[in-house]
Amino acid sequence: MGLKIVVLAKQVPDTQHVGKDAMKEDGTVNRAALPAIFNPEDKNALEQALRLKDRYEGTTVQVLTMGPARAAEIIREALYRGADGGAVLSGREFAGSDTLATSYAISCGIKNFGDFDMVLCGRQAIDGDTAQVGPQVAEKLGLPQVTYAEEIVAVESGQVTVKRRVERGVELVKAPLPAVITVNGSAAECRSRNAKRVMRFKRALVPSEAQAQAPAYPELYQKDEALNIKEWGVKDIETDVNMLGLKGSPTKVKEIQSVSFQAKESKRLTSSDEDIDGLMKELIGNNIIG
Amino acid sequence: MNNVVVYLEIEEGVAADVSLELLTKGRKLATTLGVQLEAVAIGSGLDKIPAQVMPYGVDTLYVADDKRLTFYTSLPHTSILVGLFKDIEPQIALMGATSTGRDLGPRVSSALFSGLTADCTSLEIGDYTDAKSGKEYKNLLYQIRPAFGGNIVATIVNPEHRPQMATVREGVMKKEILDADYKGEIKRIDIDKYVSSTDFVVSVLERQMEKGKNNLKNSPIIVSGGYGVGSKENFQLLYDLAKELHAEVGASRAAVDAGWVDHDRQIGQTGVTVRPKLYIACGISGQIQHLAGMQESGIVISVNSDPDAPINAVADYVITGTVEDVLPKLIKYFKKNSK
Ligand SMILES: Cc1cc2nc3c(=O)[nH]c(=O)nc-3n(C[C@H](O)[C@H](O)[C@H](O)COP(=O)(O)OP(=O)(O)OC[C@H]3O[C@@H](n4cnc5c(N)ncnc54)[C@H](O)[C@@H]3O)c2cc1C
Ligand SMILES: Nc1ncnc2c1ncn2[C@@H]1O[C@H](COP(=O)(O)O)[C@@H](O)[C@H]1O
Repeated sequence: MGLKIVVLAKQVPDTQHVGKDAMKEDGTVNRAALPAIFNPEDKNALEQALRLKDRYEGTTVQVLTMGPARAAEIIREALYRGADGGAVLSGREFAGSDTLATSYAISCGIKNFGDFDMVLCGRQAIDGDTAQVGPQVAEKLGLPQVTYAEEIVAVESGQVTVKRRVERGVELVKAPLPAVITVNGSAAECRSRNAKRVMRFKRALVPSEAQAQAPAYPELYQKDEALNIKEWGVKDIETDVNMLGLKGSPTKVKEIQSVSFQAKESKRLTSSDEDIDGLMKELIGNNIIG
Repeated sequence: MNNVVVYLEIEEGVAADVSLELLTKGRKLATTLGVQLEAVAIGSGLDKIPAQVMPYGVDTLYVADDKRLTFYTSLPHTSILVGLFKDIEPQIALMGATSTGRDLGPRVSSALFSGLTADCTSLEIGDYTDAKSGKEYKNLLYQIRPAFGGNIVATIVNPEHRPQMATVREGVMKKEILDADYKGEIKRIDIDKYVSSTDFVVSVLERQMEKGKNNLKNSPIIVSGGYGVGSKENFQLLYDLAKELHAEVGASRAAVDAGWVDHDRQIGQTGVTVRPKLYIACGISGQIQHLAGMQESGIVISVNSDPDAPINAVADYVITGTVEDVLPKLIKYFKKNSK
């Protein structure tokens, strides 16, 4: 029994390791100063997909990312780890999308792969921290959703059993396929790159990269279909452009401010016995403790 | 019509704290807008809900009580909210930024094509002029949230679509009873009007939930430790001090990541928000994301070996010294002086 799986993965700025130069003086984000990485929880989702591929013969894993052509890097990273292929959804029509317009675009992209049994995505992306795209893609596709998945336990007779990690505990749920599953950071870590696959797929390119780079062995791309990462624009998928970008986004950013905290005037103390003794007397005297 | 509605998160027949906090906020927003506050309870065995939530100033409570709704699953809750919202047309809908709210909110907003802002830290009413069209909007919900790992704060609005939806983490808003005798109306929802049998395709096979283990959020004194505490063993010093002061122990993410403290004690943007009377920060540098969860504390004491640690800027008392040296002295002199 082979499954057809689509994994959603996003290239994100590394907001967890921001340095002092991450913010420009005008309070906007200096994207250039932040390295672009594979969104961490999307790697957990990829691992769940690859485990199903290991377990159920004939399973295929396609990776979909929406972003600029350089997001093809994400597809290559997934190919190195065991994915079968992927597509980059790209074009200026998609720019400025909020989560709802993003979900709509992605749901159109998913359908472009043809039939599928399962969509796996990360719980949330570290740039927006919204965790909205997964459930919204599920709604757009009219499919059931299972969020906060920690482990896909089994797939049997068209049903998937999933262990969910929620705030105060764990839950075991069963859902019919096809379904959308969002994977938690607590799930198994993604396997590392496979050296042989790196050798083979480091040449994989989207058409616009191939044009820009004029690869050394063009005949390779005819022989090995998997080296051709798909690049889809609005013309390649069935979509309503009015639902994309700013037009398709109900939320608007009114303003952005950099964060500042009001500094207090503080009393400076040393760790000497006198200082600590005095502090305790003061706190007890003021009924703050005691 | 066009009221403020709060989705109640319910576990074993009791509404969660985060929902009560949102009722308090929702009440204020409704009063500012001159509209009513409504709440929706979905589940089974909901007899105690009205008495629990009405005192927060609920004008109308919608109740969908059905055996099939015993455990939360996405589809039936979505169908009920989507159907109900189409009928009652709220202008604002709020839910907790919990595993449930963040599963449900996006699905409902997608079905209604209404914007949703996750993890808001502040909600206000204000006007907005669209920069492009010049169109003016009165009394929109400002959905204010940190973005980019907490380095910026963004104000989001949904000018054209209703309801304006937002999720808020537990502890960010304060809960406050408005009037113990507040009288609201209860309206039963006929769930078959909204839900179809295909909404029950996902089943919960097993469920193991723990009760909240600590009382961090409501504790008037918190002794909090960061990476500078140095080890799990040293954290015992914090527990010792906390015991003397009848305080709870909190932590920074670095201390949680190091495995010295449980995740549910993390304070900050991705943890709990606290506002105790006294916050003792031990070996915490005071990054933005941590400050976001404790900046409203009354008195802040910082114990840090670095005299220039950023946390010192928001501290009332700065003790320059190591945790190992200072904490035993705090305990000693507290005991001596409190006799
Ligand atoms: C998206 C995002 C969300 C985040 N959410 C949170 C959150 O919710 N909560 C949170 O806390 N963090 C959060 N962080 C992480 C945050 O940025 C910091 O990394 C973290 O708060 C640092 O913890 P710390 O102060 O304990 O450690 P450090 O920054 O390593 O500071 C240790 C401090 O201890 C002092 N020290 C060292 N030795 C001693 C000693 N012996 N005695 C006394 N002092 C000593 C040092 O001078 C230093 O000031 C988040 C980050 C991101 C990107
Ligand atoms: N542009 C994108 N391309 C591919 N997948 C995405 C994109 N945006 C979001 N996702 C997926 O949706 C998940 C949740 O994203 P978010 O709602 O932005 O937190 C991510 O972990 C990804 O799996």
